[in-house]
Amino acid sequence: MVMLRYAVYRFFTMLLTLLVVSVLIFIIINLPPGDYLSNQIAELQASGQSAGVAKAEFLRAEYALDRPMWEQYLIWIGFWPGPHGFSGLIQGNYGWSFEFDRPVSEIVGDTLWLTVVVNLAAILFVYAVALPLGVIAAARSRTWIDYTSAFVGYLGLATPNFLLALILFYYGHRYFNLPIGGLMDPQFEGQPLSWDKIKSILIHLIVPTFVIGTSGASAMMQRLRANMLDELGKPYVETAIAKGMAPSRMLTKYPLRVAFNPFVADIGNLLPSMVSGSVLVSVVLGLQTIGPTLLTALKTQDQFLSAFILMFVALLTLIGTMISDILLVMLDPRIRYEGREA
Amino acid sequence: MTDTPDNRYVDDAPFDPQASIQQLERADLDAPNWVLVWRKFRTHKLGLISGIFLLMCYLMLPFAGFIAPYGPNERNGEHLYAPPQSVNWFYDGAFIGPHVFPIVAEADLETFQWKFVPDTDDPRPIRFFCEGSEYRLAGLIKTDRHLFCAPDGATLFLWGSDRLGRDIFSRILYGAQLSLTVGLIGISVSFFLGILFGSMAGYFGGRIDWVINRVIEILRSLPELPLWLALSAAVPSNWSPVAVFFIISIILGILDWPGLARSVRAKFLSLREEEYVRAAEMMGASSGRVIRKHLLPNFMSHLIASATLSIPAMILGETALSFLGLGLRAPAVSWGVMLNDAQNLASIEIYPWTAIPMLPIIVIVLAFNFLGDGLRDSLDPYQQ
Repeated sequence: MVMLRYAVYRFFTMLLTLLVVSVLIFIIINLPPGDYLSNQIAELQASGQSAGVAKAEFLRAEYALDRPMWEQYLIWIGFWPGPHGFSGLIQGNYGWSFEFDRPVSEIVGDTLWLTVVVNLAAILFVYAVALPLGVIAAARSRTWIDYTSAFVGYLGLATPNFLLALILFYYGHRYFNLPIGGLMDPQFEGQPLSWDKIKSILIHLIVPTFVIGTSGASAMMQRLRANMLDELGKPYVETAIAKGMAPSRMLTKYPLRVAFNPFVADIGNLLPSMVSGSVLVSVVLGLQTIGPTLLTALKTQDQFLSAFILMFVALLTLIGTMISDILLVMLDPRIRYEGREA
Repeated sequence: MTDTPDNRYVDDAPFDPQASIQQLERADLDAPNWVLVWRKFRTHKLGLISGIFLLMCYLMLPFAGFIAPYGPNERNGEHLYAPPQSVNWFYDGAFIGPHVFPIVAEADLETFQWKFVPDTDDPRPIRFFCEGSEYRLAGLIKTDRHLFCAPDGATLFLWGSDRLGRDIFSRILYGAQLSLTVGLIGISVSFFLGILFGSMAGYFGGRIDWVINRVIEILRSLPELPLWLALSAAVPSNWSPVAVFFIISIILGILDWPGLARSVRAKFLSLREEEYVRAAEMMGASSGRVIRKHLLPNFMSHLIASATLSIPAMILGETALSFLGLGLRAPAVSWGVMLNDAQNLASIEIYPWTAIPMLPIIVIVLAFNFLGDGLRDSLDPYQQ
């Protein structure tokens, strides 16, 4: 029951945070002087095309871009009646993309869940790699296993991942015949989900997952190793060894459980950097996630599109952080969730 | 010393029970903190080497123009995408000093690529302290002396040339000037903001603490790169490269401070209850003075160590932004701008040397990581 109350409380703080984030994003998006339409109007006027100007002026009024800034924000969110009544993010209207001349929801459509898939895969990769390696590095500390994993880890942290992406793609294609670019074979695009499509996506995911996950995995591995080393020095470990417990069983039964906590808590730190990484890597590798769309939208000041994508990315990380917080409370009864006064 | 039969050494001097106490000399206990830190840091070999290496890199920056054989934007139309040239010391079995072979571009009509063929019969010695393109030493003194330049009638592309025939080695040296300082400026901004907000939150507590904490939480939960992208997209494209550079590094700093602020706040929360803080307050010291003179010096060194560890993120951030075309733009030269050329698979396959700027990035980032680790380990000289 207390658990549920905490989950509900956490959910509402997330909504509140999201609201603040939306203000922030709106401000950032509107920082560049002018907007897409006023730029276009200036351009059309310079070339003397009055018909286009009329259309752009119409669009300006249509999307309330001629109103004061705060009103624009409230209309965008859906708290304020726009030219067509309440129709904002809350009502499910994501706005209009001027650059592509289509509704935002149509443009992002498929890419949204592909983004989620890529990020999920990367997180799974991080856990799958960091957990065994971190434990082994700690259990065999100061041996070649430890040093090798530390070296690889440092290299993973230091290499700009967009370059790693290019190089891995090149060699992956050359030696393992992995596909280049995209997240699925072209014939599956726009097709309904089928077994073949899933297979194609999985094969295409290998390199991006590896690239996005590497830096996160090496950071997490180092932290797990440090935690494990702290635990391994404690007397209860010595007792377990003295009792004659098998090393692997001893490791997983006691120290790992204690060292595991930060592992779950870390997802809050991990997720933002993963999403960042996936945006960058998607641009380089041409994955059909929202990364490349975001880049074009930002470059052309296509404000509704870029604002929506930023909101989506923020929502993704906030949900991830919320889940990790709730998981953490479930895992560790020592963590109190009623605030300091209670 | 005496050898015992079982190969151990035994000191002949009688055992002095006071010896271990005497060894803890007065001078050691009174030594200033930095001496102790330095003593411990010296034993951290990797950190020490990294520190010296970084120091040399930064000292090199003003003299980049002197070391580089070419100017940053000096084009060589005859040698587009020339591969790296090797410098040889021996010719025909005899030592004739460092020399290169002139390379000539030949069109390969089958692959439609330029092929560069070295003329191995014609060794040309590299010139030293020679006259080349004009540059400003340390940004002030106009000169045209270079440490070494290409021989007459030949080129010297140590690490190849890029798509406009510019020397990659020289451009890496010039690019270091921007790429390495971005981190420093960014970290100063982040340091200032982090300490300001962190100490305010920790020292005053209450409502200020709550507000600052929420801001930190929100900023930390947002993915950095999209925010960097959005902010740098807001930089007007008609600004000069220098202005863009400053804005970019400030943007990197603005989004980096929450991590620092959190650790400052945590420290302050525990330290502000100490007696000496109360004593200072009783004597009428202002909040600002208590924070600056009594609290901050306690963990300044820790802050410096954690700042060192966050410089790499900024360097990588600048690289990523420039790589995507939203950071620094040509004609400015930075490592990210250079990597912009290596953006597609074709260049990785056909001209792999255009990706060479990646090496200095990796090396510098690793060095900062090792230095930061070393500093962090040695900052508590009383702890074993």
